[in-house]
Amino acid sequence: MSPLASDSGVALIFDEGQEGRANRYVDAGASLDAFLPKALLRDDLPLPDNSELDVVRHFTRLSQRTFGIDLGFYPLGSCTMKYNPRINDAMANLPGFRDLHPYAPDELSQGALQVMYELERSLASLFGMAAFSLNPSAGAHAELAALLIAKKYFKDRGETHRDKVIVPDTAHGTNPASAAMCGFKVISIPSDARGRVSVDEIKKVLGPDTAVCMMTNPNTLGLFEDHVHEITAAVHAAGGLMYYDGANANALMGNARPGDMGFDLMHLNTHKTFTIPHGGGGAGHGPVGVAAHLIDYLPTPVVVAKQRSNGDASTAPSDRLTFTLDFDRPKSIGPMRSFWSNFAHAVRALAYIYANGAEGLKKVSALAVLNANYIRVNVRDVLTTPYDEICRHEFVASAQELKKETGVRALDIAKALLDRGFMAPTMYFPLIVPECLMIEPTETESKETLDVFIAALREIVATAKTDPQSILDAPKNTVVGRVDETRAARHPDLRWHPGKP
Amino acid sequence: MYTPHTERDIAEMLAAVGVSSLDELLKVPDAVALKAQLDIVPALAESDIARRFTHMAQKNTAVSMPSFLGAGAYRHYAPPAIASLVMRGEFLTAYTPYQAEVSQGYLQAIYEWQTYICLLTGMEIANASVYDGATALAEGVIMALNANGRKRVLVSRAIHPNYRAVLKTYCDGLDVEIDELALRADGTTDFATLREALASKAYAAVAVQSPNVFGCVDVLPADALATIRESETVPIAVVAEAMSLGALATPASWGAQIVVGEAQSFGNPLAYGGPYVGFIAATPEHMRRIPGRLAGKTVDTHGKTAYVLTLQAREQHIRRERATSNICTNQAHCALVATVYLALLGKTGLRDVAAHNLARSRELATAVSSAGCKLQFDAPFFNEIVLNVGRPANDVLAALQARGILGGVDLGRWYPEFAHCILMCATELTTTSEINALASALKEVAHVPAGV
Amino acid sequence: MAQPQDLLYSKEHEWVKLDGDVATVGITDYAQDSLGDIVYVELPKVGAAIRQFGTIGVVESVKAVSDLFTPISGSVIEINAGLEADPALVNREPFAGGWLFKVKASDTSETAKLLNADAYAELTAG
Repeated sequence: MSPLASDSGVALIFDEGQEGRANRYVDAGASLDAFLPKALLRDDLPLPDNSELDVVRHFTRLSQRTFGIDLGFYPLGSCTMKYNPRINDAMANLPGFRDLHPYAPDELSQGALQVMYELERSLASLFGMAAFSLNPSAGAHAELAALLIAKKYFKDRGETHRDKVIVPDTAHGTNPASAAMCGFKVISIPSDARGRVSVDEIKKVLGPDTAVCMMTNPNTLGLFEDHVHEITAAVHAAGGLMYYDGANANALMGNARPGDMGFDLMHLNTHKTFTIPHGGGGAGHGPVGVAAHLIDYLPTPVVVAKQRSNGDASTAPSDRLTFTLDFDRPKSIGPMRSFWSNFAHAVRALAYIYANGAEGLKKVSALAVLNANYIRVNVRDVLTTPYDEICRHEFVASAQELKKETGVRALDIAKALLDRGFMAPTMYFPLIVPECLMIEPTETESKETLDVFIAALREIVATAKTDPQSILDAPKNTVVGRVDETRAARHPDLRWHPGKP
Repeated sequence: MYTPHTERDIAEMLAAVGVSSLDELLKVPDAVALKAQLDIVPALAESDIARRFTHMAQKNTAVSMPSFLGAGAYRHYAPPAIASLVMRGEFLTAYTPYQAEVSQGYLQAIYEWQTYICLLTGMEIANASVYDGATALAEGVIMALNANGRKRVLVSRAIHPNYRAVLKTYCDGLDVEIDELALRADGTTDFATLREALASKAYAAVAVQSPNVFGCVDVLPADALATIRESETVPIAVVAEAMSLGALATPASWGAQIVVGEAQSFGNPLAYGGPYVGFIAATPEHMRRIPGRLAGKTVDTHGKTAYVLTLQAREQHIRRERATSNICTNQAHCALVATVYLALLGKTGLRDVAAHNLARSRELATAVSSAGCKLQFDAPFFNEIVLNVGRPANDVLAALQARGILGGVDLGRWYPEFAHCILMCATELTTTSEINALASALKEVAHVPAGV
Repeated sequence: MAQPQDLLYSKEHEWVKLDGDVATVGITDYAQDSLGDIVYVELPKVGAAIRQFGTIGVVESVKAVSDLFTPISGSVIEINAGLEADPALVNREPFAGGWLFKVKASDTSETAKLLNADAYAELTAG
């Protein structure tokens, strides 16, 4: 990090500024009581006035105290932190997209609708679903949409007794949380010795009350669920629906499709797979996909295309279509959000698909898998790899043995990686692996980067054996040392107060 | 394609892994292997991508027309300093700041955002953001449901119809019933039935929006608030146009316990509806029910000030099916945009912008009234008005569009009784010449309402 | 870990101390140790009727959350007010100052379904 950042900290924006040190973005306005009775107006507006330069310095310094992909390797499992191409942002910021109002008439928004239509069609083909809705705002939001679809579908069929959702013990926490938001009861299924969901365990809990079985494939151990087609068949035989959690979709583009595996519902985190910047935790983009029998239930609105009789001579077939937003869908679960989609992200995702094409996307997944396996085989002699076989885009390692031997835990390894210029892997997830480190390199990292990372990981383990305290004391090269989370939770300080130091 | 692998890299890495080819590495059971031909565009070079998207963007001709569209998405001035700061790669390409030691900057920015939302709403706590205004309302209602264990909510019919529709989507999942408070002739919520409705203590929350979907200031009157408190119901305020907080009395001052809203106006572009940024703020007793992430201030091992995500035991990755919400990804970057906007504008700038919105919308109201149309409501308003054009609003909007003007939103799409009404918005960016052009076009295309 | 001999225990790691028909309830040393730094305890309201082995609250640590079960039926007559300001009491003195709530037991014979100190020690041995 920059030497500037290793100071004693950055003052809060509220501790800076002087009233009246204003920037002239608009001319001075009239007194507010010229427009509204005083009783309707606020007494005070206790915000600081800062010069533009002070604001620029403040946030530039904050940026220097923040680690992003642009600074270094980000092997965060299940998060797919790949390079975010700049062309995507440039396209999203074209004035025709950036300044378009959501209530602009369809006929004056054809380009935006075309982007949504092309993205939707591409995703449907790539994942083998009949249709997607781009309405949900993120993966968990799309999961919720999918489960609401399932709930409505069963209600329409008079099967409201179907109230159980089956979730493997390796599932993301959002799966059970989303199920609970639809009033479903969650049944957790243990993984087998191979780290897979076993068909037998699923069959044990299937019954007339089965609503949905949620699966991630490859699962969060990075393993392909090789009996998935048997599971989908069993769940369908019991009258249930299969849901595909697309968090790990970066592993299988152009190689296998959830639709072909028998899934009825799925979501994508386009902000993972399709290179939308995570922006510190959002905004995301979470298309929800369905098989043909569930299309009517998709959230509204849906982009509908009609062939134009006098198509122009442009190259793309979609240039010869006209598009409308269809809100009139009686069976729909309704809208999931204020407006149609996180549209700027739809632009980014489509630009990425354009840059790759079908062959390119296949290669993306192949190299993501290759990178993960390359790290796996190069660290398995120093850390335990509990499921040591060909993995997909990520794998899990355990520091359990190292902890017994040296007292150094997964958390300590993570902090030591920060000292060495890397983001830490996902830790302590999935819950079934003790002292778990979940490593997902993504395909955009070069062999050289992986080699440096592997060397760092090996060196940390070696140091743990000779000088464990130096690892337990990590991080030392960051702007702050280990943060007191207990104090933060016991005495929550969630905001600045005027007049307080 | 953004993959740096040379053929030689691939060969070396395959050898290290112990497989002979990428195909062998990717092998899946034949039953699920891809057999279909993918229907995806062939790969394009970056310069061709730019040409193709520029072509599509240019088809969105609406962006070059004078526009009076609002209704939950607002055109405001965004200083260029915002983009130059938030597009820094450290912010743009960071993940959720789980590793506090290398995320101090973003965590501090979230803490500052939480503070700004508290200062603007008058609330004591605010979260790190939710998806948008409508989902903020749904999540705010869930907080109230969890607070008192009831299964019904009462919402004003003057809340943005999209927000109510999203609330219904969520409530269908939770098996929660929604009832509505009717409208008064002046464009505000009718609380006449409130006492009777709340008598049985069946409602978890009463929600109102101010300014409401018609632009009218629509706060809880003191007697309504007293009734709500008596029945231990949670009063929720919706703020769909955050810019109004620069001028209007805080929701805290008129009794809200939970304030939800949309902060798109603070520097975030219209972007055809998203991403925007929802916020949730509340009084302290709701702290452990607030959904999503919270940044807190603490110290590091050396006693230095540090920031960290806190109270995580509320969240889905720990509490799973008993979490306060399933939310994981939020709108952090849009919240950062809003934080930088508020830092740049400050108290003086925000008041000035609010004053311009008040002034421009009054100029609009005067101009369109003199064009022979009638304002449908007479309650005080912030930056939106409802104009009765005396004939189907849709026809009038089409005629205005033919004259190169986006006149506003047809209220008939949501309220059959207002099918002759257009919801119009003016902000600090609306010019006098645009207002005059609209007024003279209206003279040609609107009918004077009967009986006026 | 030490288990006071004069208490009864549940398999869910709560302890009970019976004084007439008033039962004081807390979580065991083993439970507080497994949870780590406790940051918040959500307790039933005074007056609440609770049923043996029902869920009546939660104990939160920084990165875990655990259900609280009642080892005995009855109505809640007091909660430990000190925990709101200092939840760490449960970590420091799980069997004393860190008690959680008191119940007026509706059926003291329910204690037959609880474990004595030795049986609980055996349960947590492994």
